[in-house]
Amino acid sequence: MDKYLEMIRIRFLMMLAYRTNYYTGILIYAINIAAYYFLWLAIYGGKQTMQGMSMEQMTTYVAISWMARAFYFNNIDREIAMEIREGNVATELIRPYSYLGMKTMQGLGEGIFRLLFLSLPGLFLVALFLPLRFPTDAHTWIFFILSIALSFVINSELNLLAGIVTFFTLNNEGLLRAKRFVIDLFSGLILPISFYPDWAQAVMKYFPFQGISYIPSMIVTESFQGQAIIDGLLFQFVWCALLIIPIRLLWRAAKKRLVVQGG
Amino acid sequence: MNAIEVENLRKEFKSYSSRSGLVGAFRDLFTRNYKIIRAVNDISFTVKQGEMVGYIGENGAGKSTTIKMLTGILTPTSGKVIVNGMNPHKEREAFVRTIGVVFGQRSQLWWDIAVQESFRLLKKVYRVSDKDYNEHMNHVIETLDIGPLLDKPVRKLSLGQRMRCELAAALIHNPPLLFLDEPTIGLDVLVKLKIRQFLKEINEKYNTTILLTTHDISDIEALCERVIMLDEGKIIYDGSLQKLKETWGEGKQIQFTFVSEMSLDTLKELTDGLQVTWKQGEQANVWTAHAPSALLPEVISRVVNCYSIQDLNINEISTEEIIRNIYEEGVVHG
Repeated sequence: MDKYLEMIRIRFLMMLAYRTNYYTGILIYAINIAAYYFLWLAIYGGKQTMQGMSMEQMTTYVAISWMARAFYFNNIDREIAMEIREGNVATELIRPYSYLGMKTMQGLGEGIFRLLFLSLPGLFLVALFLPLRFPTDAHTWIFFILSIALSFVINSELNLLAGIVTFFTLNNEGLLRAKRFVIDLFSGLILPISFYPDWAQAVMKYFPFQGISYIPSMIVTESFQGQAIIDGLLFQFVWCALLIIPIRLLWRAAKKRLVVQGG
Repeated sequence: MNAIEVENLRKEFKSYSSRSGLVGAFRDLFTRNYKIIRAVNDISFTVKQGEMVGYIGENGAGKSTTIKMLTGILTPTSGKVIVNGMNPHKEREAFVRTIGVVFGQRSQLWWDIAVQESFRLLKKVYRVSDKDYNEHMNHVIETLDIGPLLDKPVRKLSLGQRMRCELAAALIHNPPLLFLDEPTIGLDVLVKLKIRQFLKEINEKYNTTILLTTHDISDIEALCERVIMLDEGKIIYDGSLQKLKETWGEGKQIQFTFVSEMSLDTLKELTDGLQVTWKQGEQANVWTAHAPSALLPEVISRVVNCYSIQDLNINEISTEEIIRNIYEEGVVHG
């Protein structure tokens, strides 16, 4: 366990090594939240509610979704792909730890760092200008924290899967791009799932994406109440468990086929 | 005890080839041509604990592939590998605790952070106690002279500095077996000497087994008593460096620099009846005679009596030359 904690620390150091990235990061988050706020302002056009959400709830939804994204979002899929492409995966495999476990920990280190030092300041900045309303009920926050922890797991699992595919294709830039877009779209980050047509909502029930952004955001805006919260968390939890299976299978196959490129 | 046991080890790769032209490119979308390439072809050898072995071969001879199988990175197509009493692929995590690896061409340290942070992480990863770490690593850091580099990020180090840090990083857990894949590539003479001296020292101190691949024969001469030579995936020589020299490097080379230009025929005529071969050097007046040691005085006196010379050198045949000869002729000895 020690080594995994150490890895999180290392990741903090790595994030801090590039200060410019850090400051622009805060700005980018603030700009994104503001842009979506004005977009929704135009869409609401004075209407009180849409799909059961008030404008105030929607503003909070947007702000929270982006904040949560800072936490669950990571680049481990790209890193795995790069390490395979450049052959550095070799040096990772001669270390006495689980490669995928270590990558997940790096993602977690990155997530905690962004959450604390990037998105909280960004959110603070935004709260000065936009009318955000945060829940005061402690239970809501506890459910929310649980929920974004599960978001992180689901998203990282999807990233690992996409990364492992590189072992077979050796170059899957296209797949990684597509995956990123699909997640932003279908996780509810850009548009809450309740705004999609009924048939699309029905289809999305069978995919893990809404477990990444939609569920935690709905919990924290108190759009989910009672049973809906439990169902949401259960949905996330089941996907966390289910996604382990393809990862295990693919990883086993990948190790057999491993070709270390270059030298 | 044997540190490494390898029996009929084989590794095959699929190598894809592209068809030519636009039509070919479209056909490649559906079916691709490939052929099986045997990078390592049924090799067998054992290395005893405490041995320093040079593993040499031309580019693409299969050296790196072998090392990757021995370290558990690649799965062999067939054959048996036992390293430190374990199967590298089956028990990867337990196995890699017992080895140290340096790949000269890639860094194992984290690029953006200070060297000491990498060391600290590796110390945790290998579960090295503070006491062992201080005792062992202080010595390593001092010998390799990397103390002043520890707080610098890896990207700011020169190649020589980085290589010394890499070596130290591979030794944090003081492994009984060390794989070095071209550790001195691109390094200057002073750093090379320092690294060689250090390797000798840990070999004596801890009886560390070292398997070394290199293109620099002087590394092998300085460190290894035994060499394994590989060509096209097959072992063509496995034995002592001394014996290799005796079998292949018999005789001496005499380099004459004549005052005027010489032709091969006149020289051949001159040493007629003697077992001498002549080779031209870089200029028309520089010629090298290769002759058995016993004939040395005879050859020199015949040449000097008939022609005036500017300079004369007597050399042992270098290991490099021996190896070049073996590759050219492709004969197995030893």
